[in-house]
Amino acid sequence: MTLLSILGVLSSAIFSGTSLLYTTLGEIIDQRSGIVNLGLEGVMLVSASAGFAVTAISGNPYLGMLVSVIAGGLMNLILGFLVVSRRANQLASGLALMFFGFGLSAWIGRPYVGAKIRGLPRLPLPGLSNLPVLYSSLFKFDLLIYLVIPVAILVWWLLFRTRWGLGLRAVGENADTAFASGRNPLLIRYQALFAGGLLAGLGAAHLSIAYTMNWTEYMTAGRGFIAVALVIFSKWNPIRAIVGALLFSGAVAFQLLLQSSGIQISPFLLDTIPYILTILVLIIWGGTRKHAAPASLGRVYQGTE
Amino acid sequence: MLPMRDAIKRSGFVRQKTINAVVRYAFMIVLAFLLFGIILWISGKDPIQSYKDIFSSTLGSAYGFSEVIVTMTPLLLTALGVAIPSRIILINVGVEGQLYMGACLATWGALTFGDLPAWILLPLMMLLGMIGGSLWAFVPGYLRATGIVNETITTLLLNSVAPMIVSFFIFGFWHSPMDTNKTPNFSTSARLPTLFNTRIDLSLVLALVLLTVFWFVMKYTRWGLEMKAIGGNPQAARRNGIPVKIYLISVMCIGGAISGLAGMAQVSGFYGVLLANFSRGIGFMGFLISWLAGGSPLGILLTSFVISIIISGGNLLQLTRDLPYAVINVLLAFTLFVVLARPNFLIQRKDA
Repeated sequence: MTLLSILGVLSSAIFSGTSLLYTTLGEIIDQRSGIVNLGLEGVMLVSASAGFAVTAISGNPYLGMLVSVIAGGLMNLILGFLVVSRRANQLASGLALMFFGFGLSAWIGRPYVGAKIRGLPRLPLPGLSNLPVLYSSLFKFDLLIYLVIPVAILVWWLLFRTRWGLGLRAVGENADTAFASGRNPLLIRYQALFAGGLLAGLGAAHLSIAYTMNWTEYMTAGRGFIAVALVIFSKWNPIRAIVGALLFSGAVAFQLLLQSSGIQISPFLLDTIPYILTILVLIIWGGTRKHAAPASLGRVYQGTE
Repeated sequence: MLPMRDAIKRSGFVRQKTINAVVRYAFMIVLAFLLFGIILWISGKDPIQSYKDIFSSTLGSAYGFSEVIVTMTPLLLTALGVAIPSRIILINVGVEGQLYMGACLATWGALTFGDLPAWILLPLMMLLGMIGGSLWAFVPGYLRATGIVNETITTLLLNSVAPMIVSFFIFGFWHSPMDTNKTPNFSTSARLPTLFNTRIDLSLVLALVLLTVFWFVMKYTRWGLEMKAIGGNPQAARRNGIPVKIYLISVMCIGGAISGLAGMAQVSGFYGVLLANFSRGIGFMGFLISWLAGGSPLGILLTSFVISIIISGGNLLQLTRDLPYAVINVLLAFTLFVVLARPNFLIQRKDA
């Protein structure tokens, strides 16, 4: 095993972890306002297909990215209409949104199966450009990768250091109290869902426009559900989500490393590690409220009339 | 995490209520079809012709009708796997995983004891399937009963683990010489017998019997009464001496066992072989059906039937209208959206 192969694995882990982290950040915002979005898988698929289609038509990956982000926001607004305005059950609405995403993305993406696009341009890390090409080519990342950590910090700042974030978390803990203190839970939940959708759209854009650079049906392959697991794992905290996403994609990297060094462990078993780890962490936390789940997560706000 | 109260309708149906419900759902479905029709129309397909296709292909012929029933069978079982735990406010989102584990264990039985005659092998596979499913449900049930972790989260996480375990066994040990992503075909004694010369298999009968048993247990037995008590107020039930913990664990396991049976029926009846990632959301669909039906046996039957018409009609749309198969998910989702959103005109009807 050479340094090169280790670096290669690292680089691929960064690529696969980025979309996961964006999506997780989005779900953290959703859940902090008290809404479980199980439809992430569908949201991501629609965003990924819309972004890919626009990139293929216009040839401009940034335009595709923009469309992808907006598509994510709009998809989440559908969920918002159901669970906020119509007070529907969140789990059922989320699953319905997932099925909607399966269908709509297949429809949007169908003409573009196998299409070639110019993906997001990759920019070398400053200071690494004088390395041999073999090495520097591994560390040419696209814009979204460079932005992911700042975005995580931004989300943390928004949630924990602004009045908007305070209101959002208040709604997630107890919507009635938030209402009594002069906030509008319905509006805040819509805003949270829209913001969360934008971030999920970014994640999906990275997946289809920057990372794989193609479109296939069901291409997200469970990333939406991994993101939901990651939210719990990171205790609804954007900074911890960075660690979580690194760990998840590290498991993928570890698996590649093992394979390249000739150790035979089934990749499928390694893929289960993140989920089992999350369950173990939950068990260790036990029934205590320490794990900081928003108190009214999943509850329907009935209004005060 | 979630109050499931609104999913559990009070028992004791009045006939008028049932008729109203049917009328309401019919209105909603019409609305969903209108929405989908608009999308079809925008994308340049003829909506009326497409709908004609859907209905003539499903209800217009005996064969089409039998295909609807084939689609419906696993949905009945998975919906039941959600509905039973929902009666004591357990939210089982993990049917997908339980289905995979049931299929996994049943396949192990079929491959290991393939030489046994059908009358031993099939019950054995059913048992194994139920064990697989209930094992997968036991963990969340136990964790919930002891108050450690909410069952919604654990079942959801375990969903993603189960297909990988199935893939592990298929790719690692069971794959047939020709394909890597599926097992060899099961021996004929490991196949559920089919009925009436169609693809409908014995699991339909099983599902209908289980639905009836569920209805009977809830209505006429002590267990049903105690489950209702727990569903109404767990605290009060515990103070009245009902062993709530045992109920939580065992009812969850029963839900898992039925989901596992659905998995067994899929591999033994429908496919005759275990494929990696064969389900594609049957378990999630079961959750939605059970939720829409409010957990009532008759509601499950009706809802599954309507959803199966949409799903199997989608097959034909793909062929004749040049649409990807997954598009039928859009129509399905519109139906679900409309039902979830409970449009206003229905509420006004209720008041009148």
